[in-house]
Amino acid sequence: MGCRKVLTLERLQQIRKEHRPILEARVGEAGNADINEDGSIVLNGDYYKKQVRIALKNCGIINPLMIEDYIAVDGYSALANILFNKSSGEIIDDMMASNLRGRGGAGFPTGRKWNEAFKYDADQKFMICNADEGDPGAFMDRSILENDPHSVLEGMAIGGYAVGADKGFIYVRAEYPIAVKRLRTAIEQAKELGILGNNILGTGFSFDIELRLGSGAFVCGEGTALIESIEGKRGMPRTKIHRTAHKGLWQKPTIINNVETYANVPVIFQKGVDWFRSIGTEKSPGTKVFSLVGKVQNAGLVEVPMGTPLREIVYDIGGGVQDGKGFKAVQTGGPSGGCIPAHLIDTPVDFESLGKIGSIMGSGGMVVMDEDTCMVDVARFFLEFTVDESCGKCVPCREGTKRMLEILERIVSGHGEDGDIELMEDLSETISKASLCGLGQTASNPVVTTIKYFRDEYEAHINEKKCPSGSCRPLIKYFITEACIGCTRCAKSCPVDSCITGKVKERHVINQDVCIKCGTCYEVCPVKPVKAVVKG
Amino acid sequence: MEFVFDKEKNKEKIESFKMFIQDHREIPGALMPVLQEAQELFGYLPREIMQLISRTLKIPMAEIYGVATFYSQFSFIPKGKNIISVCLGTACYVKGAQAILEEIETILGIKAGSTTLDLKFSIDSTRCVGDCSLAPVIVINDDVYAKVTKNKVKELIEKYRNGV
Ligand SMILES: Cc1cc2nc3c(=O)[nH]c(=O)nc-3n(C[C@H](O)[C@H](O)[C@H](O)COP(=O)(O)O)c2cc1C
Ligand code: FES
Repeated sequence: MGCRKVLTLERLQQIRKEHRPILEARVGEAGNADINEDGSIVLNGDYYKKQVRIALKNCGIINPLMIEDYIAVDGYSALANILFNKSSGEIIDDMMASNLRGRGGAGFPTGRKWNEAFKYDADQKFMICNADEGDPGAFMDRSILENDPHSVLEGMAIGGYAVGADKGFIYVRAEYPIAVKRLRTAIEQAKELGILGNNILGTGFSFDIELRLGSGAFVCGEGTALIESIEGKRGMPRTKIHRTAHKGLWQKPTIINNVETYANVPVIFQKGVDWFRSIGTEKSPGTKVFSLVGKVQNAGLVEVPMGTPLREIVYDIGGGVQDGKGFKAVQTGGPSGGCIPAHLIDTPVDFESLGKIGSIMGSGGMVVMDEDTCMVDVARFFLEFTVDESCGKCVPCREGTKRMLEILERIVSGHGEDGDIELMEDLSETISKASLCGLGQTASNPVVTTIKYFRDEYEAHINEKKCPSGSCRPLIKYFITEACIGCTRCAKSCPVDSCITGKVKERHVINQDVCIKCGTCYEVCPVKPVKAVVKG
Repeated sequence: MEFVFDKEKNKEKIESFKMFIQDHREIPGALMPVLQEAQELFGYLPREIMQLISRTLKIPMAEIYGVATFYSQFSFIPKGKNIISVCLGTACYVKGAQAILEEIETILGIKAGSTTLDLKFSIDSTRCVGDCSLAPVIVINDDVYAKVTKNKVKELIEKYRNGV
């Protein structure tokens, strides 16, 4: 490899010129995208029309296994331009001016982070891409890694040049085998071409990227835990004495950014800071990718300008709630986020607005919930997740979340007591304030927001031993009404012997003492328009 | 019960693993990639392999064990060729799932969460696979079996033992 000819700017431009018609012909043939006058290629169809795609702009358009495809859509042109025409300081200035904020959850301004590492003198610095995407139900980063891996590599290389790092790591979760494979191919192709490696484009700048795999630990998405994991240790967060931008991986200045953050970087340098700032809001410029899932008509990835009202995302793009059911809430931010109730659906989606109502933007998970979803059970579900994933290093998180889960389990099984809500509020405050890392600090968000907006549901569980959504099994009962036509279907399908009894063509009865509340009778009852089996 | 790691049978894999360690021993933070390769290659982390890692990378066994137990992808026992998941959800439970599980445990001579010594079967218990009206339900590999009885379990195990 040593004697390979250095890639030149001319050669890069030539590849672009040669390959562009091939890509356009393929797009034309596939017919799933339109080529605009300015040369941009965008997916067609209503679902995409209402979106503004920056991070996802190449997804579904280019072939991720062909570096030429990426080059044909102006890929690596930002890096090339920067290497020849800009100093590190200028890039840092541009990044700060763009006010790009981290897409991994916290929203920290990327330029400021880079500046910290830039200013800090050291013989070795590192760039890390956080591709650990741990939020269950979110797959934004996966989509970028699988469909546009080069945009991440380019973003990292630009960052490397800016802060003075010549080595990058991508930490990918092992549960994403296709992403790993495509990243591997992309890195190989980039090195082969010479856009990564030693002396890139003959400018003297070298940048190499290595893949590291996670092994199934959610907490490794936290920056310092991720660093520990790359160092080959248990992935436990560090006590934050130093900034990672000063002392990170192997105690060297280290920049950690999220996949989507990096994917934004090349576009900002291609189209300019002013263009970027013209999208989104003053404090949160640009777009955000969301994975819109749950009880929504059109589930999928959605990229919209920051500040877009939640209603537009859920209704105009998502098509509203499935099966004509009533909308109850949207959960954003996964296990660290909160539930946003129906009356706040006009909230603009940006870092500040979501924070104000107690939720977070998070990495972009957006789970739609309908009238059948029990909010207490949702809180319990997320707490169970955090308890499982807490690394155990600090007491408030390790013990506090467990105690809180115990209380929630009691409530959903009908053993809630007076004072449970207050106790959880108290615990939440302690856990949030005293935990070592973001996992613990945000673990109570799902509980706090559901108490705040759905307190009546908690009270129904605790005081009346009722689950208003009819979802917590120990708290629901099934009855057969006079509408029963005696078809015997329920009795035949019931998994319990001697639970449902009755003669043919006569009203049947459920024996509450043996009923296991599996809901089978409710499912199979053919009586219309209102079923003879009711849930109460 | 201990699994005997058959060094003879795994000779080629061990050789290829040794090469992998040699190639990676110099890289900083080698332990994770090395453990991941071992898990991939052998399907779990045999003690002998962890000792080999310990010797070659000069990392104490305790530390290796500490790292390996932290991450959920690493396993210390092999999974069987056939994985039997017994649903212990409410519907299955009242229809005798516990008895079904016990029957399977008796036939195979192992408890839920473990693997037979011949590596043919593993037993897992799960909570409701969403087929409650067909209770009791067991899932073998990707196949769902409804309304299983003790007799049916015997048949099924025989069927899979002989390889369907
Ligand atoms: C428990 C926990 C899990 C996290 N998981 C992820 C993750 O999967 N992906 C990610 O990019 N950031 C994750 N983060 C946020 C990172 O700590 C960090 O803020 C982020 O990677 C920085 O990149 P950004 O500024 O580009 O967002 C997590 C944080 C915590 C506390
Ligand atoms: S309880 Fe076994 S399938 Fe639902």
